[in-house]
Amino acid sequence: MASPNGAATELDIRADFPILTRTLRGRPLVYLDSSSTSQKPESVLAAIDDFYRAHNANIHRGVYPLALEADALFEGARERIAAFTGAPTRSTVFTSNVTAAINLVAYSWARTNLRAGDAVLITEMEHHSNIVPWQLATQATGAQLRYLDVGEDGTLSLQQLDEELARGDVALVALAHLSNVLGTINPIAEIVERAHSAGALVLVDGAQAVPQIPVNVSEIGADFYAWTGHKALGPTGIGVLHADSALLEAMPPFLAGGDMIEAVERQRSSWKELPWKFEAGTTMIAEAVGLGAAVDYLSALGMERVREHERELVAYTLTQLGALPGVRTYGPPSPDDRGGVVSFVVEGVHPHDVAELLGRENVCIRASHHCAQPLMAKLGVAATARASFGPYNVRSDVDALVSAVANAQKVFA
Amino acid sequence: MDDDLYRDFILEHYKRPRNFGELEPHDLDAHEFNPLCGDELGVQIRVADERIADLRFNGHGCAISQAAASIASEELIGMAVKEAAALDADWLLELLGINISATRRKCALLSLKVLRHAITGEGTWPQDATQGAHPDR
Repeated sequence: MASPNGAATELDIRADFPILTRTLRGRPLVYLDSSSTSQKPESVLAAIDDFYRAHNANIHRGVYPLALEADALFEGARERIAAFTGAPTRSTVFTSNVTAAINLVAYSWARTNLRAGDAVLITEMEHHSNIVPWQLATQATGAQLRYLDVGEDGTLSLQQLDEELARGDVALVALAHLSNVLGTINPIAEIVERAHSAGALVLVDGAQAVPQIPVNVSEIGADFYAWTGHKALGPTGIGVLHADSALLEAMPPFLAGGDMIEAVERQRSSWKELPWKFEAGTTMIAEAVGLGAAVDYLSALGMERVREHERELVAYTLTQLGALPGVRTYGPPSPDDRGGVVSFVVEGVHPHDVAELLGRENVCIRASHHCAQPLMAKLGVAATARASFGPYNVRSDVDALVSAVANAQKVFA
Repeated sequence: MDDDLYRDFILEHYKRPRNFGELEPHDLDAHEFNPLCGDELGVQIRVADERIADLRFNGHGCAISQAAASIASEELIGMAVKEAAALDADWLLELLGINISATRRKCALLSLKVLRHAITGEGTWPQDATQGAHPDR
């Protein structure tokens, strides 16, 4: 499909996503809420369906052929998921989502390692899932919780990072790789290097980064890197925690119970080796299989290509939305510095009303505080409207967005 | 457009809300939030002879939350405090006379919640305000 400006072929994979054929009163579905959750390609739906139809059995227990199939599908998915983000399989733990992954670290690592006098350093652009666990963990241990500022251009200051690290008390830096509100891509490898030089560990919330840009966890070098399946074309209910294996070995289990044990005596137990030590109970088997199919799909597309496609969509959106009088966009001005997320406000129309009016044209955006209330306070707004992209979006989706925003302005004129 | 929600009188009240601002001195006040979209609404009430002698809302939010407060304010001034405390969701929804989806009910009912809070000291959602939050993950 040729794009309107005569550029080379635009990536157009809409046919792979069954939900995109849905219409509302004859209008096509324009799905611009992928930062909340992504849509799923046929191959992911088929993998989950096939698992339940043909291979369903519990894992790690059975000796019959069906159970061995389920084992192989589950652990095979783990291997491909780990390879997708360049991480060792052994230290790739499945959790239910990013929030659960961060809580695993906040309970298992933080509560056994933080002391009064230590500090946890987060940033003003964090999602609540990377704020609240640290509020509780610092309150429980007497450690301090401090924030890096977000500048006018939506970026962090490495100088402020250095100043904070120079205080000598930072035990952990926890931050987003890619902001779910501003789209900012943080210089994560650089931040990890500086934190490590100062003796601090780093946890990265990669919920938005993994589906949007090429991510190699080993190159980044963070001690903990968390992401989630449902934003990366996979099913809900599965998240991933990549971690330094020595840290995982030293940490006590988080959730305890079945499947994570080696032996159980009346008064004590011993744990399975990694990664199973951190996977208690019957885990998300079909979801892992589905996420495995999702990373296969993304790998076949190529994350460089996904990134370039979404960069172009963001550039187009910033230009087109920015041309509407009374519309303000947030985040780094250059599409090179941001992912597929554009937050905006429309003068005189509350974001919630913008989203409602767009919804009538089957244009799906999010309007809220985006689970980032401290950032909203910093930006001086209660909420923003947010359009966010997946690899299946095309330029005509942006045209539909801009036209619907202009129509919303007319209602409130 | 099929506009059940954004009728002219709703937009009129949104753009020029009645009884908005500060009321000093006042006898009762409260402040409430709508967690769905960050709507914020405060109320200050002056009481005389067990009636709402005067009232001001203040805050910011979507057209529905602000217009609902404005429209309600015109009915509330002069009403017995006891009667105001007992108002239910239907009262306000009928007053608005528009078709409000389940996810937007809280926007409309925030004014009743903050009113109850000011009068009874407890900010409870009027019945039928369905939870409509969409967490990011």
